Amino acid sequence: MSLIDERPVAATPAPAAMALVAPQIPAYAPLLAAVLATGLAALAGLLLGWSLVAVVLTAWALLVVGLPAWSAAIEGERRAKDRLVTTVVWSTFALAMVPLASLVWEVVANGHAVISAEFLTYDMRGVLGAGGGIYHALMGTLVITALATAISVPIGVLAAIYLIEYGKGNRLARTITFLVDVMTGIPSIVAGLFAFAVFTLIFGPGVRLGIGGAVALSVLMIPIVVRATEEMLKLVPEELREAAYALGVPKWRTIVKVVLPTALGGIVTGVTLAIARVAGETAPLLIIVGTTTTLNLNPFDGRMATLPVFIFSSVTTGGKYDAEQTARAWGAALVLVAIVMTLNLLARAVGRAFSPRTGR
Amino acid sequence: MATSIDISDLNIYYGDFLAVEGVDMTIRARSVTAFIGPSGCGKSTFLRSLNRMHEVIPGARVEGKVVVDGQSLYDPSIDPVAVRRQIGMVFQRPNPFPTMSIYDNVLAGNRLNAKRMKKSEADDIVERSLRGANLWTEVKDRLGKPGMGLSGGQQQRLCIARAIAVEPQVLLMDEPCSALDPISTAAIEDLIHELKSDYTIVIVTHNMQQAARVSDDTGFFNLKAAGQPGHLVEFNATSKVFSNPDDPSTEAYISGRFG
Repeated sequence: MSLIDERPVAATPAPAAMALVAPQIPAYAPLLAAVLATGLAALAGLLLGWSLVAVVLTAWALLVVGLPAWSAAIEGERRAKDRLVTTVVWSTFALAMVPLASLVWEVVANGHAVISAEFLTYDMRGVLGAGGGIYHALMGTLVITALATAISVPIGVLAAIYLIEYGKGNRLARTITFLVDVMTGIPSIVAGLFAFAVFTLIFGPGVRLGIGGAVALSVLMIPIVVRATEEMLKLVPEELREAAYALGVPKWRTIVKVVLPTALGGIVTGVTLAIARVAGETAPLLIIVGTTTTLNLNPFDGRMATLPVFIFSSVTTGGKYDAEQTARAWGAALVLVAIVMTLNLLARAVGRAFSPRTGR
Repeated sequence: MATSIDISDLNIYYGDFLAVEGVDMTIRARSVTAFIGPSGCGKSTFLRSLNRMHEVIPGARVEGKVVVDGQSLYDPSIDPVAVRRQIGMVFQRPNPFPTMSIYDNVLAGNRLNAKRMKKSEADDIVERSLRGANLWTEVKDRLGKPGMGLSGGQQQRLCIARAIAVEPQVLLMDEPCSALDPISTAAIEDLIHELKSDYTIVIVTHNMQQAARVSDDTGFFNLKAAGQPGHLVEFNATSKVFSNPDDPSTEAYISGRFG
């Protein structure tokens, strides 16, 4: 057998030009497939008398099978897989949006009727049936949340500064990180009991104070603030600290003037999200702050009303004026959701405003 | 105002790991001293030990003596912050402060140290430093813009302006041109030549031609073997190192016959 390949060289087919063109289904294909799947499912549902849930599930199943199948027939296996995963990801996103959208819808639909100037500016003193408002609960929530923020932001930010700038993985820092992780998991009712126990030790049994609620809420807030600040400080490049040190700037001043401003956007966002998180807490406030029907702006003197507790007690009291109370509860819920959403939007805006600029 | 630096028997550690061993040299005042050598041989580590930036890294420590102006830098009575005010540093990668404008970046060393000054005085320092760094004409119309908006070469010159704005006695440069194009590099080399009349300059570089162009003295660092500490092989006038070095390994490295 000869070692030399004797087949004529010219007979081997010249390699085709690089195959960069591949068949594609049109850009509107996913939309078309979704419409077709919905249409088919709706038709079947009408003919067979299915419920809405069954129709939606069928439409989804048709889309998940149909679009990748269409893609596989024309575009090949790799694109078909991509279509399948894309469809699944979009479906889970839509699924996640369902409770949020339905919650906002419910609250707005049930709550908007009762919102009025009177509702926002009157308290519930002497009101049994119609009328009255949530001014006392609104102010209570604002006062207690502001106090909780005033307590937890300094503690949380300073703790995070210690962990990142000074502790750097030593035993104390590791212990604090562990305890912060544990604190993140504390049920809010336990935070309420903690505050209640502390203030009972100081003021005797049966104590009800707004400041106690603020303490309970800050127990919930501090770990969130520490975590958010820690992550943001970790993102500040070591080079910036070294640049400041090399200019002869002391460490504390480097932290105050270079590290914190660079991380400020993220820290503010984290703090605002923490506020939004605790503004709706009910259980701890129920225990340590209680509720009342009149306006009380002094957190160091007796019971205060707050929106979550107001909602809770309005719905659970029952009795002759149940309908009016439920309507007010929905109104209060709408106001609370609006506050939390405003805070979230504010957090985004503030985060953007403070973030370092690269502008060319 | 420039001073010389005397280094004797300096050992530099990261924790228990000896990174640089037994360095002896004298860095002359008002001259440019270049350090060359392969990666990982401890040039930057040694440079950072000259203004006590080395100890910023956890576990890092130094044995031996670095004497500046008759004072031993590693004496317990020395304040590292005061040392760094006198011995400035420019890093390999440009690192302007992202929250500050060009103007504030130049003044960062003064402002961050809470030095109070009049507007005219501040304007003066900014213009002088930016002119010194060859950047004034390029940025004079946009001093209020963020420092991060400049190109890489401009950012590096901004960092140099920031370093000379505090008027240090010594300027340490850790591969200041490694991320720059030839034109920016040329600008910075010109700058080094100009700064030489006022400052003592120490520069680490991987670019042999650059060392030959800008420096008066050259130190060659090398590793004995992988995992062994780096050490100073030869320290001589640049003209001698590049034409007739004492050590054969220096010649091998410079002529590219290394390893």
